[in-house]
Amino acid sequence: MENKAMEQLLKILENNARLPLEDIAAMLDKSTAEVSAMMDLAKAQGLIKGYKTLVDWEKAGADRVEAVIELHVSPKKSRGFDEIANTIAEFDEVESVLLMSGGYDLQLTIKGKTFQEIALFVAKRLSPLDDVLSTATHFVLRTYKREGRMFGAEEIDERECTVL
Amino acid sequence: MDYDKLLAPAAVAMRPSGIRKFFDLAAEMPHCISLGVGEPDFKTPWAIREAGIDSLEHGRTRYTANAGLAELRAEIARYLQRRMELRYDPTQILVTVGGSEAIDMCVRALVAPGDEVIIPEPCFVCYDPITTLSGGVPVHIACRQEDEFRLTAEQLKAAITPRTKLLILPFPNNPTGAVMEREHLEAIAEVLRGTDILVLSDEIYAELNYGGEKHVSIASLPGMAERTIVVNGFSKAYAMTGWRLGYAAGPQPIIKVMTKIHQSAIMSAPTTSQYAAIVALRECDSEIERMRDEYNQRRRLVVKGFNDLGLECFEPKGAFYCFPCIKSTGMTSQQFCTALLEKKQVALVPGDAFGASGEGYCRISYAYSVEHLKEALRRIGEFLAELRAEKE
Repeated sequence: MENKAMEQLLKILENNARLPLEDIAAMLDKSTAEVSAMMDLAKAQGLIKGYKTLVDWEKAGADRVEAVIELHVSPKKSRGFDEIANTIAEFDEVESVLLMSGGYDLQLTIKGKTFQEIALFVAKRLSPLDDVLSTATHFVLRTYKREGRMFGAEEIDERECTVL
Repeated sequence: MDYDKLLAPAAVAMRPSGIRKFFDLAAEMPHCISLGVGEPDFKTPWAIREAGIDSLEHGRTRYTANAGLAELRAEIARYLQRRMELRYDPTQILVTVGGSEAIDMCVRALVAPGDEVIIPEPCFVCYDPITTLSGGVPVHIACRQEDEFRLTAEQLKAAITPRTKLLILPFPNNPTGAVMEREHLEAIAEVLRGTDILVLSDEIYAELNYGGEKHVSIASLPGMAERTIVVNGFSKAYAMTGWRLGYAAGPQPIIKVMTKIHQSAIMSAPTTSQYAAIVALRECDSEIERMRDEYNQRRRLVVKGFNDLGLECFEPKGAFYCFPCIKSTGMTSQQFCTALLEKKQVALVPGDAFGASGEGYCRISYAYSVEHLKEALRRIGEFLAELRAEKE
């Protein structure tokens, strides 16, 4: 990235988007107005796609089921994989759509309330699409780490309290 | 048996006495949040760990050459030239068990009973006892905040006597974070040229330098390589504290004698660590940069944080410490740190742990996550507000 300060800002926000503006400004040796302008610019340029919260839904006791689906699709002569990928991305149930190298074409993550709901989505909406050749659905059993954060066991600082 | 009579008096005397109580207190509080740790919070970069594992898998489990693996010494020589503009032949390099052993070997090789060793304070705690154990006489110079905790040529001149053997130059500095830039080193070098005084330049924090100016080693100045022993290591730059690996580079006759002592006392530095270190030097410049950038952000946050709290904090340009002044509270360093620990469960290191001239300051390590640092600052802010309320 050309602009080192922008890269550092994006890294800070990626790690903790709720850090107060004053702190970010201090960390980057800039004024709050400058940081604010950089954030606006990053948003306008599409570098920042949004701010979300990492929730441990298992711990929160909510019913959430997640699945990873591998898709074989038939690419179109003119538009390659874009058309079918965009069609699939339109579904609300679909969290992410990635074009992959290797043994299959598209990888989806799907979220639903129950296994049944996801199974129905695959059977009734995904599989019938003309360009979808085959699907393989894998249910997530447990989350250990997500977005660089440990779920479950917290990391403990094993260093001594004071070391000269 | 009366062990007090059996133990060597010099060894018994070396225990740091005053601050012991404070450390014991801190150690008993497992839930306190600490800014007291003098080592990186990062884990050793994976490529380095993998090289260590790989060396074990290949059964490289024996001693190495006393001075260290030839391949590693060659790589250290390349590194010192590439990053510090220092020219050493691999035969001028001794690989040691951490920078600490290099300091020990150097002092033992040079200091005879009665020799004076000039030690600028505040500083890392090992120089004093190591000097004393060799029968040397520590001569302390108090570095001052108005000099940005640098050693000045005037102070050095005033401390030199016919018995002066060695100057210890610990910059970037633990605990103050002070650095000596080219012009400051040049002034020191000018005092030393033409004398027989040697320099032990402890540059373990050389890679953690935030001023925008590259680290300058005093050994790179004209006429200084012949009188300087550079000590460095892998602990701080590569987050490898537990691997215990450092080195000394200097004039061949000195390195030769240091190697002789090392051969008797240590045999050789850990083999696994040496293989890992080769990869560190070859592949991990970008990792140093990544960690330095993060330290730098935290440094700015913490320095601003203390100044905002009314504890004046000079801008540290090296290492991962800052050294705020607590004199405005009317307390001593130990009173301040003990009260803060008891009332808010935050552990700082009292400045006098690093020499008498550290009185009135505390050492803050910012080798912690931003969230951890912010929580500590919040508690210190509460503590100060309560202190003010008590006074009124």
